[in-house]
Amino acid sequence: MKNLYDVLVIGGGMIGSAIARELSRYDLKIGVLEKNLDVCYETSGRNSAVVHGGFAYDTGTLKAKLCVEGNQMMEELSRELDFPFLRCGKVLVGNTDEDMETLKRTLVQGEKNGATGLELIDEKRLHELVPAVVGKFAMFSSQSGILEPFQYTIALAENACQNGVKYFFDSEVTKICQDTEGHYLLTTPHGDFACRWVVNAAGLGCKKVSDMLGITGYQVIGSKGDYIILDKRTGPLLPMPVYPVPSNTYMGIHVTNTIDGNVIIGPNADKVSDFEYYGVPQENMDYLAESASRLWPHIHKADYIRNYSGILPKWVDDQGVIQDFKIEIREDIAPHAVNLVGIESPGLTAAVPIARHAINLIKEREKLSENPNFNPCRKGIVRFESLSLEEKARLIKENPDYGEVICRCEKVTKAEILQAIHNCLGVSTMAGIKYRTRSMMGRCQGGYCQMRLEQMIEEELGKKETEILYARQGSQVLFGKVRKEA
Amino acid sequence: MEKKDVVIVGGGPAGLAAAVELYKKGIRNILILEREHHLGGILRQCIHDGFGLSRFQTTLSGPEYAGRFMKEVMDCQIPFQTDTTVLDISSNKLVTAVSRDGLVQYEAKAVILAMGCRERTRGALGIPGERPAGVFTAGVAQAYMNLYNRMPAKEVVILGSGDIGMIMARRLTLEGAHVQAVFEVQPIPSGLPRNIEQCLNDYGIPLYLNHTITKIHGSSRLTGVTVSQVDSSLKPIPGTEKEYACDTLILSVGLIPENELSIDAGVTLDPRTKGAVVDEHFQTNVEGIFAAGNVLHVHDLVDFVSMEAEKLADSAASYVSNGTLPDCPIEITTDSRIGHTIPQKVSGAQDFQLSLRVRSLIKNCRIVVRQNGQEIASKRMKKALPAEMIQLTVKADSILSLDKLEVNVE
Repeated sequence: MKNLYDVLVIGGGMIGSAIARELSRYDLKIGVLEKNLDVCYETSGRNSAVVHGGFAYDTGTLKAKLCVEGNQMMEELSRELDFPFLRCGKVLVGNTDEDMETLKRTLVQGEKNGATGLELIDEKRLHELVPAVVGKFAMFSSQSGILEPFQYTIALAENACQNGVKYFFDSEVTKICQDTEGHYLLTTPHGDFACRWVVNAAGLGCKKVSDMLGITGYQVIGSKGDYIILDKRTGPLLPMPVYPVPSNTYMGIHVTNTIDGNVIIGPNADKVSDFEYYGVPQENMDYLAESASRLWPHIHKADYIRNYSGILPKWVDDQGVIQDFKIEIREDIAPHAVNLVGIESPGLTAAVPIARHAINLIKEREKLSENPNFNPCRKGIVRFESLSLEEKARLIKENPDYGEVICRCEKVTKAEILQAIHNCLGVSTMAGIKYRTRSMMGRCQGGYCQMRLEQMIEEELGKKETEILYARQGSQVLFGKVRKEA
Repeated sequence: MEKKDVVIVGGGPAGLAAAVELYKKGIRNILILEREHHLGGILRQCIHDGFGLSRFQTTLSGPEYAGRFMKEVMDCQIPFQTDTTVLDISSNKLVTAVSRDGLVQYEAKAVILAMGCRERTRGALGIPGERPAGVFTAGVAQAYMNLYNRMPAKEVVILGSGDIGMIMARRLTLEGAHVQAVFEVQPIPSGLPRNIEQCLNDYGIPLYLNHTITKIHGSSRLTGVTVSQVDSSLKPIPGTEKEYACDTLILSVGLIPENELSIDAGVTLDPRTKGAVVDEHFQTNVEGIFAAGNVLHVHDLVDFVSMEAEKLADSAASYVSNGTLPDCPIEITTDSRIGHTIPQKVSGAQDFQLSLRVRSLIKNCRIVVRQNGQEIASKRMKKALPAEMIQLTVKADSILSLDKLEVNVE
């Protein structure tokens, strides 16, 4: 059959892209079918961006095991894939006897899970680590950290792409059937795809795809969390994420430093069934600010620059109890489908171990030969702002486009934006350029740079102004010209 | 490293006026640094008229107004560099800038902060709801239309009665868009009366006071907004929600002086203006660093920006020539009805002009300056509006001691 893929991955988020990248180590024809116009529009790009230590999950679960593994390999991944990661540690702050008991239990559980660098600390030490935090004691996890989730997902996808994986955007799978030879036929708005193996990495769509594969009966609920982003002024005041003492099912509203120097507060956890609605209600914003202020006193409305929300797909049982990650091949129903269900937090930390776990299920059933050309390394876009004066001067000399600052808040240069526009995945939305460069992400939210970005996308890609999309299909930015151009 | 008498950061109305005035005072080793491709700043996109009535006694468009100063800059051959972004200003007046030609550092005797302001955004306001395309600040919509020839809207709702919002209501209407209404959370408009008349009333666009947007709808392009009435503490009143279907929301909800470079230079900001604390010389707490225009406090009219920058330039010229300026130990305080004053400190040795704004509409009042209870200057106002900057002159010979000056509404 012409155009028969060895593996098609449904979903190009962090998990789908990690699977694609890890699969590209083998000599396989691989495709990724992504319903959005980029790789990080849903859960992958809408979270706290915390690399977890692995102490918060029941011992023996995949969540615990794969989180600890993922945490340990993060430096190596960051080096190979050139995305920003910072092992800054984190604290879980408590006040009551009950909090202390919970923290002690968490610490024991963490050590059983293989997490390292956990210790209980007193108020004095806590304040040395995070000045101004409100709490009597804490558990410190030195191995926790933060990363840049857009860059990470994009890096995985680009590395996969460089190793031969084909990405198809705007390609939601609407139907799956099998032909007489047992190949899967996947229907998308842009045509049908055939493959020998299919992987369900659909994130919020995992149940839908699982049902299409015939693996029915999973209950998946959405847990929606809202966040507020604070001005970079606040970043230097918070050296590491500050969490409250967790409950069994919920990490609690925390304040988190971001890799780029902002602070984010959130998330609440609202149970939702609409997986497309990302609106943030007023009462949640008020609640976030109030709850987070109990942990950390530097939250002022004058520093708000944006809010966002994300939804985690949680697999639950009939009683509504949240279950482990499910990564399976159901021989009886779909012997050539790897089915991933309920991949939520700590999916960001565990993405590559999850991918390897899923691929091992294929390897148990089929011998995969190595891809001799596999290159684990991918270079990202050099961030002008992060360089020393000498390096800045050198870069401009090499390429004058680095001397043209397009985004004033984040100091993003024309050179960076050009590289982003010509990304190897072929993403052309304004949000796509934003996630790749941080232009429009600063305090003025594109007030200075968005027209410039729009114009550059038009010119570089030969698009009409009416074709420029903000993020999603239908998110047209402009309706035409004011006057006919001469 | 190049040595300059004065480096001016920003080639908009404040920077241009300061440059020309410095030149006239004999200061020639000047450099204007402008990040955009042209001089003129935000005036370039303000193609409506109404500029220049105070400064030139005639009405001009924004580009024409800027053009007058640019012509003087060209005629005097005052050095300027466009497409040049200042990355840093240090407290010892080392200015680091980049352009396609490279990274350059200037060692300046004096630095003039003339960076202007930016618009408050949807995220800063924390408007609830989704984040579709089609939510623009008024200035962004204005730039798309007037600088880039791009039409960003068809069915429009405007939040905020700031001047740029009202001007965009008219502009959008003239270009074929339909502006349904302007909503203002405050009980009084925040823009100038003449703009309400010429931009809204003349086009039949309703202005609803005490209303705000409580939800934004649409996952890709905006599909509508929910509008609610607010109570006297500006909180939305439940049950008053009304839906407006629209594809565009324009925000005109305030301007914020752009002082990130100033903060890095160690300049102290006034939390009320979000601009620098300055003395009557427009000098900040960092010696030799001056500020004027919208980077100092948001003005209602560009004429006052230019005139403020010209005054600044007189002081800066004297600073460059003499290496110092008279001390300004007299503090200026205000009562709670006055938002702020510029300057915040004076010497008492020379006449000075006080710029201020009231916080709410006050009818039939006097703005009074007192020292030790004694009235030393005043201005009678039939109607004091927060939208309008109020200016009054205080004479040096009326100031009798170094005790603070109190500005009150009476």
